[in-house]
Amino acid sequence: MAILEVKNIEKHFGSTQVLKDVSFSLEEGNALAIIGSSGSGKTTLLRCLNFLETPNQGSIAVKGETLFDASVPLKQHEKDLRKKRLHFGMVFQSFHLFPQYTALENVMLAAQLLAKERTDYKQNKKEILAEIETRGKALLDQMGLQDRMDHYPHQLSGGQQQRVAIARALALSPDILCFDEPTSALDPELTGEVLKVIRGLAEQKTTMIIVTHEMAFARDVADQIIFMDDGVIVEQGDPRQVIDNPREERTKQFLTRYTEG
Amino acid sequence: MELLYLNRKALGEGFYYLKGMVIGMFWTVTQSLLGGLLTTFRIFIFTLLIALPLGLIIAFGAMSRFKPLRYLVDVLVWVIRGTPLMLQLIIIFYGPGLWLGHNIWSGNETGRITATVVAFSINYACYFSVIFRGGIEGVPVGQREAGEVLGMTKSQIFFKVTLLQMVKRVVPPMSNEIITLVKDTSLARIIAAYELTFAGYSFMKSDGLTWPLFYTGVFYLAFVGILTLLFNYIERRLDYFR
Repeated sequence: MAILEVKNIEKHFGSTQVLKDVSFSLEEGNALAIIGSSGSGKTTLLRCLNFLETPNQGSIAVKGETLFDASVPLKQHEKDLRKKRLHFGMVFQSFHLFPQYTALENVMLAAQLLAKERTDYKQNKKEILAEIETRGKALLDQMGLQDRMDHYPHQLSGGQQQRVAIARALALSPDILCFDEPTSALDPELTGEVLKVIRGLAEQKTTMIIVTHEMAFARDVADQIIFMDDGVIVEQGDPRQVIDNPREERTKQFLTRYTEG
Repeated sequence: MELLYLNRKALGEGFYYLKGMVIGMFWTVTQSLLGGLLTTFRIFIFTLLIALPLGLIIAFGAMSRFKPLRYLVDVLVWVIRGTPLMLQLIIIFYGPGLWLGHNIWSGNETGRITATVVAFSINYACYFSVIFRGGIEGVPVGQREAGEVLGMTKSQIFFKVTLLQMVKRVVPPMSNEIITLVKDTSLARIIAAYELTFAGYSFMKSDGLTWPLFYTGVFYLAFVGILTLLFNYIERRLDYFR
Protein backbone atom coordinates (compact mmCIF):
# COMPACT_ATOMS: atom_id res chain seq x y z
CA MET A 1 0.00 0.00 0.00
CA ALA A 2 1.16 3.47 -0.82
CA ILE A 3 2.43 5.55 2.11
CA LEU A 4 0.96 8.73 0.62
CA GLU A 5 -2.30 9.00 -1.27
CA VAL A 6 -3.20 12.41 -2.70
CA LYS A 7 -6.56 12.65 -4.42
CA ASN A 8 -8.14 15.39 -6.54
CA ILE A 9 -6.48 18.34 -4.84
CA GLU A 10 -7.75 21.74 -5.95
CA LYS A 11 -6.47 25.04 -4.67
CA HIS A 12 -7.30 28.57 -5.69
CA PHE A 13 -6.21 31.94 -4.42
CA GLY A 14 -9.12 34.27 -5.10
CA SER A 15 -10.03 33.63 -8.73
CA THR A 16 -6.65 32.15 -9.64
CA GLN A 17 -6.74 28.37 -9.85
CA VAL A 18 -3.32 27.17 -8.71
CA LEU A 19 -3.92 23.42 -8.46
CA LYS A 20 -6.40 21.53 -10.61
CA ASP A 21 -7.40 17.96 -9.82
CA VAL A 22 -3.97 16.83 -8.63
CA SER A 23 -3.76 13.14 -7.72
CA PHE A 24 -0.76 10.93 -7.12
CA SER A 25 0.54 8.31 -4.74
CA LEU A 26 3.93 7.49 -3.33
CA GLU A 27 5.38 4.18 -2.14
CA GLU A 28 7.30 3.95 1.09
CA GLY A 29 11.06 4.38 0.61
CA ASN A 30 10.63 6.03 -2.77
CA ALA A 31 11.76 9.47 -3.87
CA LEU A 32 9.37 11.54 -5.95
CA ALA A 33 10.67 14.48 -7.96
CA ILE A 34 8.30 17.23 -9.07
CA ILE A 35 9.45 19.35 -11.98
CA GLY A 36 7.86 22.19 -13.91
CA SER A 37 8.35 25.89 -14.60
CA SER A 38 7.82 28.46 -11.88
CA GLY A 39 4.17 29.22 -11.26
CA SER A 40 3.11 25.71 -12.20
CA GLY A 41 1.87 24.96 -8.67
CA LYS A 42 4.68 22.71 -7.39
CA THR A 43 5.39 24.73 -4.30
CA THR A 44 1.70 25.19 -3.51
CA LEU A 45 1.24 21.42 -3.69
CA LEU A 46 4.06 20.93 -1.19
CA ARG A 47 2.61 23.62 1.07
CA CYS A 48 -0.77 21.87 0.97
CA LEU A 49 0.85 18.62 2.13
CA ASN A 50 2.46 20.47 5.03
CA PHE A 51 -0.81 22.24 5.96
CA LEU A 52 0.68 25.64 5.24
CA GLU A 53 -2.17 26.01 2.74
CA THR A 54 -5.60 24.44 2.96
CA PRO A 55 -6.78 22.79 -0.26
CA ASN A 56 -10.27 23.74 -1.48
CA GLN A 57 -10.94 20.21 -2.74
CA GLY A 58 -9.52 16.75 -2.38
CA SER A 59 -8.00 14.53 0.25
CA ILE A 60 -4.61 13.58 1.65
CA ALA A 61 -3.95 10.25 3.35
CA VAL A 62 -0.76 8.93 4.93
CA LYS A 63 -0.43 5.23 5.76
CA GLY A 64 -4.13 4.79 5.11
CA GLU A 65 -5.12 7.48 7.61
CA THR A 66 -6.97 10.41 6.06
CA LEU A 67 -5.27 13.57 7.29
CA PHE A 68 -7.28 15.96 5.23
CA ASP A 69 -10.56 15.73 3.39
CA ALA A 70 -12.11 18.89 1.99
CA SER A 71 -15.56 17.29 1.82
CA VAL A 72 -15.62 16.85 5.59
CA PRO A 73 -15.87 20.32 7.12
CA LEU A 74 -13.86 19.22 10.09
CA LYS A 75 -12.81 21.98 12.39
CA GLN A 76 -9.17 21.16 12.84
CA HIS A 77 -8.04 21.48 16.40
CA GLU A 78 -4.57 22.88 16.76
CA LYS A 79 -3.40 19.77 18.55
CA ASP A 80 -4.76 17.49 15.84
CA LEU A 81 -3.26 19.65 13.15
CA ARG A 82 0.11 19.58 14.88
CA LYS A 83 0.07 15.78 15.05
CA LYS A 84 -0.84 15.54 11.37
CA ARG A 85 1.94 17.91 10.46
CA LEU A 86 4.51 15.61 12.02
CA HIS A 87 3.91 13.07 9.24
CA PHE A 88 5.67 15.51 6.95
CA GLY A 89 9.02 17.25 7.19
CA MET A 90 9.74 20.35 5.18
CA VAL A 91 12.95 21.83 3.83
CA PHE A 92 12.42 25.33 2.49
CA GLN A 93 14.08 27.01 -0.45
CA SER A 94 15.59 29.72 1.77
CA PHE A 95 16.31 27.47 4.79
CA HIS A 96 14.40 29.50 7.43
CA LEU A 97 16.77 28.45 10.18
CA PHE A 98 16.16 30.16 13.51
CA PRO A 99 18.93 32.79 13.64
CA GLN A 100 19.19 33.01 17.44
CA TYR A 101 20.00 29.32 17.85
CA THR A 102 23.13 27.36 16.99
CA ALA A 103 23.03 24.61 14.37
CA LEU A 104 22.54 21.98 17.06
CA GLU A 105 19.91 24.01 18.90
CA ASN A 106 18.01 24.46 15.64
CA VAL A 107 17.92 20.69 15.19
CA MET A 108 16.93 19.97 18.80
CA LEU A 109 14.38 22.73 19.50
CA ALA A 110 11.20 21.09 18.19
CA ALA A 111 12.07 17.74 19.74
CA GLN A 112 12.71 19.38 23.10
CA LEU A 113 9.39 21.22 22.99
CA LEU A 114 7.56 18.06 21.95
CA ALA A 115 9.21 16.06 24.72
CA LYS A 116 7.64 18.35 27.32
CA GLU A 117 4.27 16.84 26.41
CA ARG A 118 5.42 13.35 27.33
CA THR A 119 3.90 12.02 30.54
CA ASP A 120 7.25 10.79 31.82
CA TYR A 121 9.05 14.06 31.00
CA LYS A 122 9.46 15.20 34.59
CA GLN A 123 10.81 11.87 35.84
CA ASN A 124 13.20 11.17 32.98
CA LYS A 125 14.01 14.72 31.95
CA LYS A 126 17.77 14.19 31.90
CA GLU A 127 17.66 10.99 29.87
CA ILE A 128 15.15 12.40 27.39
CA LEU A 129 17.15 15.55 26.77
CA ALA A 130 20.39 13.58 26.49
CA GLU A 131 18.72 11.33 23.94
CA ILE A 132 17.58 14.33 21.90
CA GLU A 133 21.07 15.78 21.97
CA THR A 134 22.65 12.51 20.87
CA ARG A 135 20.21 12.28 18.00
CA GLY A 136 20.77 15.92 16.98
CA LYS A 137 24.52 15.44 16.94
CA ALA A 138 24.21 12.22 14.97
CA LEU A 139 22.06 13.97 12.35
CA LEU A 140 24.49 16.87 11.96
CA ASP A 141 27.27 14.30 11.77
CA GLN A 142 25.41 12.59 8.96
CA MET A 143 25.17 15.95 7.19
CA GLY A 144 28.95 16.37 7.47
CA LEU A 145 28.61 19.21 9.95
CA GLN A 146 30.23 17.70 13.04
CA ASP A 147 32.54 20.72 13.40
CA ARG A 148 29.78 23.30 12.83
CA MET A 149 27.33 22.29 15.58
CA ASP A 150 27.88 25.37 17.73
CA HIS A 151 27.88 27.85 14.86
CA TYR A 152 25.01 30.27 14.40
CA PRO A 153 23.28 30.30 11.01
CA HIS A 154 24.91 33.57 9.92
CA GLN A 155 28.31 31.99 10.47
CA LEU A 156 27.50 29.19 8.01
CA SER A 157 27.54 29.09 4.21
CA GLY A 158 24.25 28.63 2.34
CA GLY A 159 25.00 24.99 1.67
CA GLN A 160 25.79 24.37 5.34
CA GLN A 161 22.62 26.18 6.41
CA GLN A 162 20.52 24.04 4.09
CA ARG A 163 22.11 20.90 5.48
CA VAL A 164 21.28 22.05 9.01
CA ALA A 165 17.70 22.61 7.81
CA ILE A 166 17.60 19.05 6.47
CA ALA A 167 18.84 17.72 9.81
CA ARG A 168 16.21 19.84 11.57
CA ALA A 169 13.47 18.35 9.38
CA LEU A 170 14.75 14.82 9.99
CA ALA A 171 14.94 15.30 13.77
CA LEU A 172 11.26 14.50 14.25
CA SER A 173 11.49 11.40 12.00
CA PRO A 174 8.75 12.38 9.54
CA ASP A 175 7.19 9.71 7.32
CA ILE A 176 7.71 11.88 4.27
CA LEU A 177 10.38 14.54 3.82
CA CYS A 178 9.52 17.40 1.46
CA PHE A 179 12.05 19.61 -0.28
CA ASP A 180 10.98 22.87 -1.86
CA GLU A 181 13.67 23.72 -4.42
CA PRO A 182 16.39 23.01 -1.85
CA THR A 183 19.24 24.32 -4.00
CA SER A 184 17.59 27.27 -5.76
CA ALA A 185 18.80 29.85 -3.22
CA LEU A 186 22.37 28.54 -3.29
CA ASP A 187 25.43 29.62 -5.24
CA PRO A 188 26.09 27.06 -8.00
CA GLU A 189 29.25 25.80 -6.34
CA LEU A 190 27.30 24.97 -3.15
CA THR A 191 24.45 22.97 -4.72
CA GLY A 192 26.62 19.85 -4.96
CA GLU A 193 27.02 19.36 -1.20
CA VAL A 194 23.25 19.61 -0.62
CA LEU A 195 22.40 17.29 -3.52
CA LYS A 196 24.93 14.80 -2.19
CA VAL A 197 23.15 14.75 1.17
CA ILE A 198 19.75 14.23 -0.48
CA ARG A 199 21.22 11.47 -2.62
CA GLY A 200 22.49 9.83 0.56
CA LEU A 201 18.99 9.99 2.04
CA ALA A 202 17.56 8.38 -1.08
CA GLU A 203 20.06 5.56 -0.77
CA GLN A 204 18.85 5.00 2.80
CA LYS A 205 15.33 4.67 1.43
CA THR A 206 13.96 7.87 2.95
CA THR A 207 10.53 8.64 1.55
CA MET A 208 10.89 12.03 -0.13
CA ILE A 209 9.16 14.54 -2.34
CA ILE A 210 11.60 16.89 -4.05
CA VAL A 211 10.51 19.94 -6.00
CA THR A 212 13.54 20.76 -8.10
CA HIS A 213 14.95 22.38 -11.21
CA GLU A 214 17.95 20.04 -11.23
CA MET A 215 16.89 17.73 -14.07
CA ALA A 216 19.97 15.52 -14.06
CA PHE A 217 19.63 15.06 -10.32
CA ALA A 218 15.91 14.25 -10.55
CA ARG A 219 16.55 11.71 -13.32
CA ASP A 220 19.29 10.12 -11.26
CA VAL A 221 17.85 10.02 -7.76
CA ALA A 222 14.07 9.88 -8.09
CA ASP A 223 12.08 6.68 -8.37
CA GLN A 224 9.13 8.53 -9.76
CA ILE A 225 8.69 11.91 -11.42
CA ILE A 226 5.83 14.33 -11.91
CA PHE A 227 5.81 17.12 -14.46
CA MET A 228 3.41 19.91 -13.61
CA ASP A 229 2.26 22.77 -15.76
CA ASP A 230 -0.38 25.38 -15.02
CA GLY A 231 -1.62 23.59 -11.91
CA VAL A 232 -2.14 20.16 -13.44
CA ILE A 233 -0.05 17.01 -13.55
CA VAL A 234 0.78 16.69 -17.22
CA GLU A 235 2.84 13.55 -17.05
CA GLN A 236 4.12 11.18 -14.40
CA GLY A 237 6.07 7.97 -14.29
CA ASP A 238 9.59 6.62 -14.34
CA PRO A 239 12.06 9.53 -14.38
CA ARG A 240 14.21 8.17 -17.19
CA GLN A 241 11.19 7.58 -19.35
CA VAL A 242 9.66 11.03 -18.63
CA ILE A 243 12.89 12.98 -19.07
CA ASP A 244 14.39 11.01 -21.97
CA ASN A 245 11.21 10.13 -23.85
CA PRO A 246 8.39 12.43 -22.81
CA ARG A 247 5.01 11.55 -24.25
CA GLU A 248 3.32 14.91 -23.82
CA GLU A 249 4.04 17.92 -26.00
CA ARG A 250 4.17 20.27 -22.99
CA THR A 251 6.77 18.11 -21.26
CA LYS A 252 8.89 18.09 -24.41
CA GLN A 253 8.75 21.86 -24.69
CA PHE A 254 9.66 22.34 -21.03
CA LEU A 255 12.59 19.95 -21.23
CA THR A 256 13.89 21.51 -24.43
CA ARG A 257 13.87 24.92 -22.78
CA TYR A 258 15.81 23.43 -19.89
CA THR A 259 18.48 21.63 -21.84
CA GLU A 260 18.99 24.71 -24.02
CA GLY A 261 19.07 27.09 -21.05
CA MET B 1 52.67 97.02 58.24
CA GLU B 2 49.89 96.51 60.70
CA LEU B 3 47.39 98.09 58.34
CA LEU B 4 48.48 95.92 55.47
CA TYR B 5 48.13 92.87 57.65
CA LEU B 6 44.61 93.87 58.63
CA ASN B 7 43.66 94.51 55.04
CA ARG B 8 45.04 91.18 54.04
CA LYS B 9 43.04 89.57 56.79
CA ALA B 10 39.90 91.36 55.71
CA LEU B 11 40.46 90.35 52.13
CA GLY B 12 41.02 86.77 53.16
CA GLU B 13 37.90 86.68 55.23
CA GLY B 14 35.96 88.31 52.41
CA PHE B 15 37.25 85.64 50.09
CA TYR B 16 36.18 82.89 52.44
CA TYR B 17 32.85 84.61 52.93
CA LEU B 18 32.28 84.76 49.16
CA LYS B 19 33.49 81.22 48.72
CA GLY B 20 31.07 80.14 51.40
CA MET B 21 28.24 81.93 49.65
CA VAL B 22 29.04 80.32 46.31
CA ILE B 23 29.23 76.87 47.85
CA GLY B 24 26.01 77.58 49.70
CA MET B 25 24.31 78.65 46.47
CA PHE B 26 25.70 75.66 44.62
CA TRP B 27 24.27 73.40 47.28
CA THR B 28 20.89 75.15 47.14
CA VAL B 29 20.75 74.79 43.34
CA THR B 30 21.84 71.15 43.50
CA GLN B 31 19.12 70.31 46.01
CA SER B 32 16.53 72.09 43.93
CA LEU B 33 17.63 70.36 40.73
CA LEU B 34 17.63 66.97 42.46
CA GLY B 35 14.04 67.67 43.44
CA GLY B 36 13.24 68.49 39.81
CA LEU B 37 15.09 65.40 38.65
CA LEU B 38 12.88 63.24 40.85
CA THR B 39 9.77 64.61 39.13
CA THR B 40 11.39 64.19 35.71
CA PHE B 41 12.29 60.62 36.59
CA ARG B 42 8.76 59.88 37.83
CA ILE B 43 7.22 61.14 34.60
CA PHE B 44 9.77 59.17 32.61
CA ILE B 45 9.37 55.84 34.38
CA PHE B 46 5.56 55.87 34.67
CA THR B 47 5.20 56.90 31.04
CA LEU B 48 7.40 53.97 29.99
CA LEU B 49 5.53 51.51 32.22
CA ILE B 50 2.21 52.47 30.63
CA ALA B 51 3.26 53.33 27.07
CA LEU B 52 5.21 50.12 26.39
CA PRO B 53 2.32 47.67 26.93
CA LEU B 54 -0.22 50.15 25.55
CA GLY B 55 1.93 50.55 22.45
CA LEU B 56 1.93 46.78 21.93
CA ILE B 57 -1.87 46.70 22.20
CA ILE B 58 -2.18 49.56 19.69
CA ALA B 59 0.24 47.73 17.38
CA PHE B 60 -1.99 44.62 17.48
CA GLY B 61 -4.98 46.87 16.78
CA ALA B 62 -3.21 48.33 13.76
CA MET B 63 -2.58 44.81 12.42
CA SER B 64 -6.07 43.52 13.24
CA ARG B 65 -8.07 41.71 10.58
CA PHE B 66 -11.12 43.66 11.76
CA LYS B 67 -11.05 46.65 9.42
CA PRO B 68 -12.98 49.25 11.49
CA LEU B 69 -10.55 48.74 14.38
CA ARG B 70 -7.61 49.14 12.01
CA TYR B 71 -8.99 52.42 10.66
CA LEU B 72 -9.74 53.69 14.17
CA VAL B 73 -6.17 52.95 15.25
CA ASP B 74 -4.80 54.58 12.09
CA VAL B 75 -6.74 57.77 12.83
CA LEU B 76 -5.65 57.78 16.48
CA VAL B 77 -1.98 57.38 15.56
CA TRP B 78 -2.30 60.04 12.88
CA VAL B 79 -3.88 62.57 15.27
CA ILE B 80 -1.47 61.91 18.13
CA ARG B 81 1.64 61.94 15.98
CA GLY B 82 0.37 64.86 13.94
CA THR B 83 -0.17 67.32 16.79
CA PRO B 84 2.33 68.73 19.30
CA LEU B 85 2.75 66.87 22.54
CA MET B 86 2.60 70.21 24.37
CA LEU B 87 -0.83 70.89 22.91
CA GLN B 88 -2.03 67.44 23.96
CA LEU B 89 -0.70 68.05 27.45
CA ILE B 90 -2.52 71.38 27.77
CA ILE B 91 -5.79 69.85 26.56
CA ILE B 92 -5.53 66.88 28.91
CA PHE B 93 -4.66 69.00 31.94
CA TYR B 94 -7.03 71.92 31.45
CA GLY B 95 -9.74 70.32 29.26
CA PRO B 96 -11.58 68.21 31.85
CA GLY B 97 -11.83 71.17 34.26
CA LEU B 98 -13.38 73.38 31.60
CA TRP B 99 -15.70 70.73 30.14
CA LEU B 100 -16.84 69.07 33.35
CA GLY B 101 -16.74 72.12 35.59
CA HIS B 102 -14.38 70.43 38.05
CA ASN B 103 -10.75 69.50 37.67
CA ILE B 104 -10.23 65.74 37.63
CA TRP B 105 -6.53 66.27 38.40
CA SER B 106 -5.90 67.41 41.93
CA GLY B 107 -4.24 70.84 41.92
CA ASN B 108 -1.11 69.66 43.73
CA GLU B 109 2.12 68.34 42.27
CA THR B 110 0.85 64.77 42.12
CA GLY B 111 -2.12 65.87 40.00
CA ARG B 112 0.16 67.65 37.56
CA ILE B 113 2.48 64.68 37.29
CA THR B 114 -0.47 62.32 36.76
CA ALA B 115 -1.89 64.48 33.97
CA THR B 116 1.55 64.62 32.36
CA VAL B 117 1.96 60.84 32.56
CA VAL B 118 -1.48 60.34 30.97
CA ALA B 119 -0.74 62.70 28.08
CA PHE B 120 2.76 61.30 27.58
CA SER B 121 1.61 57.67 27.75
CA ILE B 122 -0.96 58.15 25.00
CA ASN B 123 1.52 60.04 22.86
CA TYR B 124 4.43 57.66 23.32
CA ALA B 125 2.25 54.54 23.01
CA CYS B 126 1.39 55.70 19.48
CA TYR B 127 5.05 56.13 18.56
CA PHE B 128 5.95 52.82 20.19
CA SER B 129 3.11 51.05 18.35
CA VAL B 130 4.66 51.97 15.01
CA ILE B 131 8.02 50.62 16.17
CA PHE B 132 6.46 47.40 17.53
CA ARG B 133 4.56 46.89 14.33
CA GLY B 134 7.74 47.26 12.31
CA GLY B 135 9.44 44.74 14.59
CA ILE B 136 6.63 42.20 14.34
CA GLU B 137 6.19 42.51 10.59
CA GLY B 138 9.93 42.55 10.08
CA VAL B 139 10.32 38.92 11.16
CA PRO B 140 10.08 36.86 7.95
CA VAL B 141 6.92 34.73 7.56
CA GLY B 142 9.22 31.79 6.92
CA GLN B 143 10.23 31.78 10.57
CA ARG B 144 6.66 31.15 11.68
CA GLU B 145 6.11 28.57 8.94
CA ALA B 146 9.30 26.74 9.87
CA GLY B 147 7.97 26.51 13.43
CA GLU B 148 4.56 25.32 12.22
CA VAL B 149 5.88 22.48 10.10
CA LEU B 150 7.96 21.37 13.09
CA GLY B 151 4.73 20.93 15.05
CA MET B 152 5.20 23.89 17.39
CA THR B 153 2.21 25.57 18.96
CA LYS B 154 1.45 29.21 18.29
CA SER B 155 2.74 30.28 21.68
CA GLN B 156 5.90 28.20 21.30
CA ILE B 157 6.53 29.87 17.95
CA PHE B 158 6.01 33.30 19.51
CA PHE B 159 8.14 32.81 22.61
CA LYS B 160 10.85 30.50 21.24
CA VAL B 161 11.20 31.75 17.68
CA THR B 162 9.88 35.21 16.85
CA LEU B 163 10.02 37.17 20.13
CA LEU B 164 13.78 37.58 20.38
CA GLN B 165 14.05 38.48 16.70
CA MET B 166 11.40 41.15 17.28
CA VAL B 167 13.22 42.52 20.32
CA LYS B 168 16.43 42.75 18.34
CA ARG B 169 14.69 44.76 15.61
CA VAL B 170 12.91 47.01 18.08
CA VAL B 171 15.77 47.99 20.41
CA PRO B 172 17.59 50.59 18.25
CA PRO B 173 14.51 52.67 17.24
CA MET B 174 13.10 52.25 20.74
CA SER B 175 16.25 53.61 22.39
CA ASN B 176 15.91 56.70 20.21
CA GLU B 177 12.34 57.30 21.35
CA ILE B 178 13.15 56.68 25.00
CA ILE B 179 16.01 59.18 24.92
CA THR B 180 13.64 61.72 23.36
CA LEU B 181 11.20 61.01 26.19
CA VAL B 182 13.80 62.05 28.79
CA LYS B 183 14.00 65.50 27.22
CA ASP B 184 10.28 65.74 26.44
CA THR B 185 9.54 65.58 30.17
CA SER B 186 10.58 69.26 30.24
CA LEU B 187 7.29 70.04 28.49
CA ALA B 188 5.53 69.39 31.81
CA ARG B 189 6.70 72.88 32.83
CA ILE B 190 3.81 74.25 30.74
CA ILE B 191 1.35 72.97 33.36
CA ALA B 192 3.68 74.08 36.15
CA ALA B 193 4.95 70.66 37.14
CA TYR B 194 8.19 71.26 38.99
CA GLU B 195 10.47 69.13 36.87
CA LEU B 196 14.17 69.51 36.14
CA THR B 197 14.06 72.32 33.56
CA PHE B 198 11.58 74.28 35.68
CA ALA B 199 13.97 73.93 38.64
CA GLY B 200 16.95 75.29 36.69
CA TYR B 201 14.91 78.06 35.09
CA SER B 202 13.58 79.30 38.44
CA PHE B 203 17.10 80.45 39.49
CA MET B 204 17.38 82.56 36.37
CA LYS B 205 14.04 84.13 37.07
CA SER B 206 14.61 84.87 40.78
CA ASP B 207 18.39 85.45 40.99
CA GLY B 208 19.38 86.21 37.41
CA LEU B 209 21.72 83.21 37.45
CA THR B 210 22.49 81.45 34.17
CA TRP B 211 24.91 78.81 35.38
CA PRO B 212 22.14 76.66 36.91
CA LEU B 213 20.78 76.28 33.36
CA PHE B 214 24.05 74.66 32.26
CA TYR B 215 24.09 72.64 35.44
CA THR B 216 20.58 71.47 34.54
CA GLY B 217 21.95 70.37 31.18
CA VAL B 218 24.53 68.25 32.99
CA PHE B 219 21.71 66.40 34.78
CA TYR B 220 20.02 65.55 31.46
CA LEU B 221 23.34 64.49 29.95
CA ALA B 222 24.02 62.15 32.86
CA PHE B 223 20.48 60.68 32.63
CA VAL B 224 20.75 60.11 28.87
CA GLY B 225 24.32 58.89 29.26
CA ILE B 226 23.24 56.10 31.60
CA LEU B 227 20.41 55.12 29.25
CA THR B 228 22.79 55.07 26.29
CA LEU B 229 25.13 52.73 28.14
CA LEU B 230 22.19 50.50 29.01
CA PHE B 231 20.95 50.32 25.40
CA ASN B 232 24.46 49.71 24.09
CA TYR B 233 24.71 46.83 26.52
CA ILE B 234 21.40 45.34 25.34
CA GLU B 235 22.36 45.72 21.70
CA ARG B 236 25.69 44.05 22.35
CA ARG B 237 23.95 41.19 24.13
CA LEU B 238 21.76 40.64 21.04
CA ASP B 239 24.67 40.92 18.66
CA TYR B 240 25.39 37.21 18.54
CA PHE B 241 22.82 36.53 15.83
CA ARG B 242 21.56 38.25 12.74
